[in-house]
Amino acid sequence: MVAKGEWVRIYKIILQPSERAPQVPDDTKKVSLELWVKGFLMNDAEMGENVEIETVTGRTEEGKLIEVNPYYTHDYGKFIPELLVIDKQTRDIVFGGDR
Amino acid sequence: MTKANDYASVMARKPEIMIKSVGIDYSKFESGSIAFDYEKMMKETGYSLKEMQNIQYSVNVGNTPILELKNITALARSCAPKGKGARIFIKDEACNPSGSFKARRAATAVYHAKKLGYKGVISATSGNYGAAVASQAAIAGLKCIIVQECYDSKGVGQPEIVEKARKCEALGAEVVQLSVGPELFYKFLLLLEETGYFNASLYTPFGIGGVETLGYEISMQFREKYGKDPDVVVCTNAGGGNLTGTARGLAKAGANPQIVAASVSLAGLHMASDTAFNKKSFTTGHTGFGVPYSSWPDRSDVPRSAARPLRYMDRYVTIAQGSVFYMTEALASLEGLEKGPAGNTALAAAFALSQELDQDKTIIVQETEYTGAGKHIQPQLSFARDNGIEIIFGDPKEEIPGENIILPSHPSLLKATDIDLDHMRKSLIKTAMATYHVENPTKEDILFLAEETKTNVEYVKAQILARG
Repeated sequence: MVAKGEWVRIYKIILQPSERAPQVPDDTKKVSLELWVKGFLMNDAEMGENVEIETVTGRTEEGKLIEVNPYYTHDYGKFIPELLVIDKQTRDIVFGGDR
Repeated sequence: MTKANDYASVMARKPEIMIKSVGIDYSKFESGSIAFDYEKMMKETGYSLKEMQNIQYSVNVGNTPILELKNITALARSCAPKGKGARIFIKDEACNPSGSFKARRAATAVYHAKKLGYKGVISATSGNYGAAVASQAAIAGLKCIIVQECYDSKGVGQPEIVEKARKCEALGAEVVQLSVGPELFYKFLLLLEETGYFNASLYTPFGIGGVETLGYEISMQFREKYGKDPDVVVCTNAGGGNLTGTARGLAKAGANPQIVAASVSLAGLHMASDTAFNKKSFTTGHTGFGVPYSSWPDRSDVPRSAARPLRYMDRYVTIAQGSVFYMTEALASLEGLEKGPAGNTALAAAFALSQELDQDKTIIVQETEYTGAGKHIQPQLSFARDNGIEIIFGDPKEEIPGENIILPSHPSLLKATDIDLDHMRKSLIKTAMATYHVENPTKEDILFLAEETKTNVEYVKAQILARG
């Protein structure tokens, strides 16, 4: 169970594929317009349940409970060896081989 | 009575929501035909340069240093014909509180929102502007919501956009994240209606006027340090506000450098496509925004955009993605500076353009932005590789956006490609006539279109005739 007051992330569909704007390309029209937002859980609930949250601006949003204490995992990515080639090339050109 | 919240009903309420959330009655500036009084709009609804400087300096925005990139200049000279290779400079806008020049736009917008008594601000942006609005709202004690296009239908987010979400939240904003699609605007309108907050649009006179201080500072700092104005100013171009504001500020300083717009070429990738979303390695500063917004500025979230870049640009060039990545790495390896993507688009352009100019000329890139997890070139390239984009050394001319990223195998292959400005000017005139259903433009319209396209009355008349 997730307790009332916990910091959570919810998910919901705000437009079904059939409700999408006329100008969107075909591949986008096949999928829903989805929304994610974070806030404080307003009542005890189980993961996956439809819940209400209060966001940091004091708004109420409802949606499916998907994360508790959500956090970011973006990083510096995997190593790209090509960058070392650029380093060496530019330094060789500007400073010569013996720097 | 509860209002209908389906897409069409909400979009139909756009005009009333806009007037309430921006506090500008745009009808005051309309002529009833194609023309509207741009300068009157800027004057009556914006702030004077002095007022904007005072607003910005009071919240630690602006007065960023200009740095000379001597080693990048040396690299350009090694590729240039004898005697060519203008000195390259950057204005280090990453020194602003939120890490980019967007703090200037946000400072004036948030100041204005607070003055008018709004309790909060909302902005629809996946970019640095969100962080800037969040930062300024934090200082002003206003609530802040950022609406962001963040994920594709598989829930995968571009690392740079995810980083910007993190930064907005770190600065106290509520971040509403959406999947790909222009209906972001639909949710944006609903939020404005629900909260009654101020629409801190990028395209209001406050948003654009806020950048005028940047152009003005460039001239003042250059005159003080080098005894003259720069010869060329290069602006990364997306929605056009950066270029418009900078050019207006330079003009207010009495400077008249060549103004060059630069965008990353994402030719062939649809901006609202779910499947193309994560095949782009740039989230802004690219042709997907730059070309349509320059050709027709009034496609923004306000009735009349204050960003009208075609009025000010002398030249518009595109740069391949791999060339920007190469230059970003060169900035680190030669100048000891790690900076984020947007300014480096203009830097790559400046590197190429410098080689056309004599060595005593000066060329300035008017912004840098912060970098870090998600925004650094390593996660950008790594994300591209994971999405099946081939990363190779070769000739940037052969780069196909969405398929490969070609890092120049030698810096001499890094080139700027000119966009035909004449074509854009004609397109703007044509769109203006079609949009306002005008067959015979008035004298005022013709004068307006000449200003819009940085041409003259004869040019506009010739285009109208050619069209008929």
